[in-house]
Amino acid sequence: MTIGIVVFPGSNCDRDVRWALEGCVGLPTRFLWHEERDLSGLDAVVIPGGFSYGDYLRCGAIARFAPVLELVRLFAEAGGAVLGICNGFQVLTEMGLLPGALTRNARLHFLCEPTPLSVKPGNCRWLTGYSEAEAIVLPIAHGEGRYQCERAQLAELEANGQVVLRYASNPNGSVGDVAGLTNAGGNVLGLMPHPERACDPLTGGLDGLRLLASLCN
Amino acid sequence: MVAASFEAPAYSVPDALKKENLSQADYDEICRRLCRAPNRAELGMFGVMWSEHCCYRNSRPLLQGFPTTGPRILVGPGENAGVVDLGEGQRLAFKIESHNHPSAVEPFQGAATGVGGILRDIFTMGARPIALLNALRFGPLEDERNVGLMEGVVAGIAHYGNCVGVPTVGGEVAFDPSYSGNPLVNAMALGLMETEEIVCSGAEGVGYPVIYVGSTTGRDGMGGASFASAELTEASLDDRPAVQVGDPFLEKGLIEACLEAFQSGDVVAAQDMGAAGLTCSCSEMAAKGGLGIELDLDKVPAREAGMTAYEFLLSESQERMLFVVKPGREEALMARFSRWGLQAAVVGRVLEDNIVRVLQHGQVAAEVPASALADDTPINHHDLISEPPAEIQAHWRWSEAQLPADLPFSWNDALLALLDDPTIASKRWVYRQYDHQVQANTVVPPGGADAAVVRLRPQQGEGAMAAASRGVAAVVDCPNRWVALDPERGAMAAVAEAARNLSCVGAEPLAITDNLNFPSPETPTGYWQLALACRGLSAACSALDTPVTGGNVSLYNETRLPDGRMQPIHPTPVVGMVGLVHDLAQVRGQAWCAAGDAIWLLGVPLETGEAPADPRLSLAGSSYLERLHGAVTGRPPEIDLVLERSVQAFLRQAIAHGLVASAHDLSDGGLAVAAAEGCIATMALIPLGAELEIPASSARLDRLLFAEGGARILVSVPADQDAAWQQTLAAEAVPAERLGVVTAAASLVIRQAGQPLLEQSLAAMEACYEQAIPRRMGEGARAE
Repeated sequence: MTIGIVVFPGSNCDRDVRWALEGCVGLPTRFLWHEERDLSGLDAVVIPGGFSYGDYLRCGAIARFAPVLELVRLFAEAGGAVLGICNGFQVLTEMGLLPGALTRNARLHFLCEPTPLSVKPGNCRWLTGYSEAEAIVLPIAHGEGRYQCERAQLAELEANGQVVLRYASNPNGSVGDVAGLTNAGGNVLGLMPHPERACDPLTGGLDGLRLLASLCN
Repeated sequence: MVAASFEAPAYSVPDALKKENLSQADYDEICRRLCRAPNRAELGMFGVMWSEHCCYRNSRPLLQGFPTTGPRILVGPGENAGVVDLGEGQRLAFKIESHNHPSAVEPFQGAATGVGGILRDIFTMGARPIALLNALRFGPLEDERNVGLMEGVVAGIAHYGNCVGVPTVGGEVAFDPSYSGNPLVNAMALGLMETEEIVCSGAEGVGYPVIYVGSTTGRDGMGGASFASAELTEASLDDRPAVQVGDPFLEKGLIEACLEAFQSGDVVAAQDMGAAGLTCSCSEMAAKGGLGIELDLDKVPAREAGMTAYEFLLSESQERMLFVVKPGREEALMARFSRWGLQAAVVGRVLEDNIVRVLQHGQVAAEVPASALADDTPINHHDLISEPPAEIQAHWRWSEAQLPADLPFSWNDALLALLDDPTIASKRWVYRQYDHQVQANTVVPPGGADAAVVRLRPQQGEGAMAAASRGVAAVVDCPNRWVALDPERGAMAAVAEAARNLSCVGAEPLAITDNLNFPSPETPTGYWQLALACRGLSAACSALDTPVTGGNVSLYNETRLPDGRMQPIHPTPVVGMVGLVHDLAQVRGQAWCAAGDAIWLLGVPLETGEAPADPRLSLAGSSYLERLHGAVTGRPPEIDLVLERSVQAFLRQAIAHGLVASAHDLSDGGLAVAAAEGCIATMALIPLGAELEIPASSARLDRLLFAEGGARILVSVPADQDAAWQQTLAAEAVPAERLGVVTAAASLVIRQAGQPLLEQSLAAMEACYEQAIPRRMGEGARAE
């Protein structure tokens, strides 16, 4: 089992995801430079946090045209497991793999702090290690994490069980307290909190470990 | 006049000198060195190179007294950053730098580019930046303008640091009216060496190509170094073009590409382009290498057409570096930068003669001996007054006896007022805007302990995937109110407190970088402040074995008020100190850990019975005096560096042996505030309180509760370690007294001889402490 980690110019959590997967969970990884066109041998792909291409224009708006993402799209459409964390979540919405958009936080400040969340795993392959309505704490670190979508869209997502992570105390003004979303197939997960920052007892909690380890099961 | 013998230049000399902040004497010296009059571009080069910012023309004689060597010091002052040996093959580069004037006129970009600049100083050496800290000063938040400045500065630091992927792990923020209009923004960076050899800046290899990498050169930041070396006025707002615009995305690529390039071994020298841009980097590289550099401006990647030689040479466009590389390696090296979407171009070569020659349109636009620019730069001599200035002597005549016997407030009120003082209060509003976790090594985040702690796990290469048990601790400190009242004691206290903060987390202090933020040195008081602060820094660094590895000097921090008077800042020598954590499992925070743990005061004891007043403790210059009595006066207490050293060493040893559960130094607000902070810090864990009993004493109660002074630390000792702790205390003969116990009740109680003096609930203390800054910034604390 090998997990690909996409690296754009401006990604800055790529090495942190590698540390969490290799150093904490024990899964081998391979970096995928944004111009990479070979995903062979990969069992999952992580799009990490950061500021892809400087996040000019709009977060993730330029990244969606990266060559590597053409293959990631095909990989996801074929049922491959794809995880987008923070900027990665923004990229997934820009690509249309997940609905809605992420905008500037209410009050406009970048926020970095531990955030209590409620998990509703549904059929999401990345959340098999969590129980229904489990309360966990993961850190957030974003300036543009306010989830937005049409009211009807939100109702549909909720009805389908795709709102898999919610803020217990909404820090950024997201509609429906949405912190993370999965697609209908449950193979794609996008979330603003950073599970890779909660895999190492020395630097944070351990509530993210089961998310990254879920692919071992 | 020397200049008269040369052909007159084709520009107005008086106007040009005014623009470049140079004197007629400087001009005469330039003519003497060149044996002719400089052309306009050359004069601009001298203007920036001879500014205080680049050549310390006012402070150099004072800086020469600093201790700069030691067994762990690999690189001292003079290079882009200092480097210390951490053992086990690891080396740490670190440095602090100010961006005060740019932040005053354009807070967001001024602060952002301050972060970018200090990061380049670190990775230019071959070190990967692993942590950022900052020391900030603003005027009171009751003034809308200061609120706006703080909003902008914090957002700028967040913007740059968060995007570039280096965690901002700590810092300090303080407020005083003297900083209104002239905020201070000092940024410190730490980096872990990733190359075998430390990359230095002296040019080598006659004929070797000179390569320019990074961003393009534009007209932004023109003359920033000269601008930074002059006082601020209302008209300074018109100098906004002197403030650079930063691009952290480019810097992120530049870090990766530079570290790759250095690891290839193709780069023989590197210099970042900070203050004075191309001028400074060329002349520094040439002067340090004893060689020359020829630079062809037509080959420099330009952001816009039609730039003059003057503009190219003085531009402070950000995210640029200059390399000398091995011949034949140019293409491979430039390809690395192209891959990251960065500019890279061969722009010149190394010359045998020690000159900086600038070509444009096939002609020589400037040609100056490198040594004329960079060596033996002029020194502004100032006379040091032999007595403290009269206004300082007046302050020193104040005594505690002048305080009223009957006070119109209770001790409960006084404590809450101090917790509501923005200088003391929680800085969560600030640090929650900084990504303090990226790189996955932050062991102690901001607010958790007296110093930040970062694990020493490399980001890539050998060891990146292995658990690491060692760490580096870092802190920035400056008790500016004390420095204003007594520059020598205040500066000593800055070093002592920084070392104490590191000791409280269990780290061994190693070395400092200093940022001397001062008003004009041209007044007798201004120069006296600078000279005495340097004397204090030297004494304390020598006593505590923490040599100075470099730093930054920022003078002329003063604002011309509308009525024409000058408002100088509090002299603010910020000390950035780094320490080594031998075992991360033994790091200690400031929060109490368990009910029943004993609370001890280590160091200078409280006065008991009829004991005379201890000169090492005082309400003079204290937060209590300012906040509750509206006075900033008195002479700060004596600094006992001998006791400081022994108390800190004892604490580190006790922590290493697991005898101590928490440690927190007594700083602003004295004993009562330190005890309150020990309680408040438990809110993130298991809420705990404390009951303290202070001895019966003839000393004033406010003195016992709120007096400030060095060498005092509040520790909690687990019940099962009590015997070992007392045994060690007895063996080491370190002053210590047991004051009380950690309680499960969520409140702080302080009694004297059984009589309650103060009882405050954890909730009330936390509300004051947490809301102080958000309330003044016009928002609720957690309602984002």
